[in-house]
Amino acid sequence: MLKNDKSGVHPCWSCKGPVGGGDLFCETCHAVQPPGHIDHFTRFGLQKAYSLDVDGLERSYFELQRHLHPDRFANKTPKEKTLSQQQAVSLNEAFEVLKDPLKRADYLLSVHGMTGISHDHTVNDPVLLMEAMETREALMEAQTVDTVNALSDKARRDVRDCVRAIAQAFDQEQYDDARKLALRLKYLTKLLEETRQHKARLVMK
Amino acid sequence: MIETVLLQIHEPGETPLPHAGDSDLAVGIDLGTTNSVVAVSNDETPEVLRDENGSGLVPSVVAYAPDGSAIVGQLAKQLLLMRPETVISSVKRLMGRGLQDVKSISGTLPFEVIEGEGMVRLKVSGKELTPVEISADILRALKERSEDQLKQKVEKAVITVPAYFDDAARTATKDAARLAGLQVLRLVNEPTAAALAYGLDKEAEGLYAVYDLGGGTFDISLLRMEKGVFQVKSTGGDASLGGDDFDHAILEYFLTERRAKFGDEKLTTDDVKIALVTGRMAKECLTENDSGDFVLEFNGQSSKHTITREKFDELAAPLVDRTIDICRNVLEDGDTFPDEVKGIVLVGGSTRVPLVRKRVGDFFGQSPLSDINPDEVVAVGAALQAEALTVGSDNLLLDVTPLSLGIETMGGIVEKVIPRNTPIPVAKAQEFTTYQDGQSAMAIHVLQGEREMVDQNRSLARFILKGIPPMTAGAARIRVTFSVDADGLLTVGAEEVTTGVSQEVAVKPSYGLSDEEMAHMLRDSMVHAKEDMEVRLLTEARVEAKRVMEAVYSALHIDGKLLNEDERAHINVVLNKLDETIAGDDRHTINAMVEELDRETQVFAQRRMDKGIEEALTGVNVEKLESAIES
Repeated sequence: MLKNDKSGVHPCWSCKGPVGGGDLFCETCHAVQPPGHIDHFTRFGLQKAYSLDVDGLERSYFELQRHLHPDRFANKTPKEKTLSQQQAVSLNEAFEVLKDPLKRADYLLSVHGMTGISHDHTVNDPVLLMEAMETREALMEAQTVDTVNALSDKARRDVRDCVRAIAQAFDQEQYDDARKLALRLKYLTKLLEETRQHKARLVMK
Repeated sequence: MIETVLLQIHEPGETPLPHAGDSDLAVGIDLGTTNSVVAVSNDETPEVLRDENGSGLVPSVVAYAPDGSAIVGQLAKQLLLMRPETVISSVKRLMGRGLQDVKSISGTLPFEVIEGEGMVRLKVSGKELTPVEISADILRALKERSEDQLKQKVEKAVITVPAYFDDAARTATKDAARLAGLQVLRLVNEPTAAALAYGLDKEAEGLYAVYDLGGGTFDISLLRMEKGVFQVKSTGGDASLGGDDFDHAILEYFLTERRAKFGDEKLTTDDVKIALVTGRMAKECLTENDSGDFVLEFNGQSSKHTITREKFDELAAPLVDRTIDICRNVLEDGDTFPDEVKGIVLVGGSTRVPLVRKRVGDFFGQSPLSDINPDEVVAVGAALQAEALTVGSDNLLLDVTPLSLGIETMGGIVEKVIPRNTPIPVAKAQEFTTYQDGQSAMAIHVLQGEREMVDQNRSLARFILKGIPPMTAGAARIRVTFSVDADGLLTVGAEEVTTGVSQEVAVKPSYGLSDEEMAHMLRDSMVHAKEDMEVRLLTEARVEAKRVMEAVYSALHIDGKLLNEDERAHINVVLNKLDETIAGDDRHTINAMVEELDRETQVFAQRRMDKGIEEALTGVNVEKLESAIES
């Protein structure tokens, strides 16, 4: 994990010897290296695929932070402190994107040269619109935790199914489908959030 | 492969380098509103530094003697009743605040504030002091306590701040430490420090809430603790809600009773200081007892007041309810329900108030954990973190931003750049554009807070990006970058992307000290400021020189065979010379030798690069070959 790439050999800023493109530390002098402009998947040593093991991702994230977090560099030179901060920033950013199914879909679309969905505020899919309206109405009317639970269980199942469908679309390189499904996921995620908020209002009164 | 990163490989006899006198000792400081605590940790065994009576608490009270010297702690607390005009307490409530902020703090204040711009100033013993200077006096006292007990110089510290402290208050805390001659290794959020202390002590795992009600601030953090990782999921609080407000509520109740008896009275700031001590006594009394009697005496008139626990609960209820509302929001932000929380850790002396324990227990549906000393746990966590930063540790604290950061856009609306609860360190950029043809400058107004409109949020800083080349409206691309470091401190940069015109500012808060003020105070506080500066530069030069030497040693160890004997001997000569200069104390010579070493190893570096590239190419070929065979 700490050595990602054999190519892109360049001189280490500290000992001037060779360092591999994606290496986090110099093999020779152990100095921390700049984060470089690698994509979020490569940063975690992952294939550019939509389906990923989030628990495994989190384990890698903790493991990498253990080595790169600025707390590990409190006694080092200013240059090493700066580099560690840059590394930790890149790692945080990559982790925030990859762990979230919606942000991950958006990001992977952009990796494949598609427009992301983050600026898409309107939905043109009539089926999705209808479904959204009906569910929202049901949620508004829900007065008991059980009713909300039933709705959120359904939303959670829908999210899971949608995530699977997105993974499949990406695997088959059907990026237009993936984009359409990602928009659906955006709506489902929002709905799930609303059911949680609604439940919170009922529970934490 | 990971382990090799941590291995330090040295040629026998060539290292380790001498660590000439630079002490790695760092203490942990909880700089509290009511009390402060200092602790130190060795081998993950933290110890609170106590006075001869066994007390670890240093009251955060400062008295100023006529000669200007500061008296801190228990003695100052006693002087509060006798010479209130010379004493300041609860100064933490004013950190990073302007006059308007102070006026908006509820209740009658025991401070005499001076009208003026920027950071608020207080009048005490005929002097005008900023909260930063007063806090520096408290920190100096804690530094002295540590040096007396540890029998060595203490110059490094981890200092805790409320998680909900904004950028201005964090910067003010760091400035205070600098004035006191302490290098802040890290500002750590109080609930996070408490979680570290608690988690390590009890080997807690899972989702925990830390409810921290101090003298002047309230914080609630939701953390996941797992195998040495302390990950903050969400945090919230109120930087002006604390035990002091309970004292105020009781005081106001007594004053209303007095008014009914004597009519309107004019109270001086000193009267308020003394009355608040009575308010605090009443609160502490009602924690143990069901009722108590108290006497107030000003203007030659004395009045007796009785207060019951029931009445106190009634007065405290709105304050406690506010904390519970904030708990609710933090759980929502953390996508968590109360029953998913495995335990609630209570921190801060104010959590001793029975109503607080009851309400917290009701809300989370379980009794909060109280098997730790709520007054000391934060300092203990800070000490553990101080040790982790200096000596090293397997534990890891991952914290978040407590408040959203944004900039002002058209119509006084705030555009959020970094939302609250984002893991730090973090850097985010957003592009903005000009709205007038030929606009050559752009004002950047940095704000902190959750509300939509500029005037509802806290203004952190303003600066102007100048030198934008003339373009039509909307053509310029101004990229504003916000970076928050591991201390939670913000740096903002602005750049016009097409031309590269850029500006970067460490955010100097609107209510902070200016650089000139800081320089002036440093001059006043340190007689040997210039020498100290020299010492710091020398230390930096040594650290850098040692890094360069280590790098060359490592390179020689691995690639030494790329040199012939003469070349190697030559490099060794230069290394030895550098080693000698490090032992001396001329930083210019050290820096010059570092440069010489750099020059003398250039050929070596080139050969290593050639070898590295050759190996990489071979590697690629082999891989290509393998994949060709597979397919």
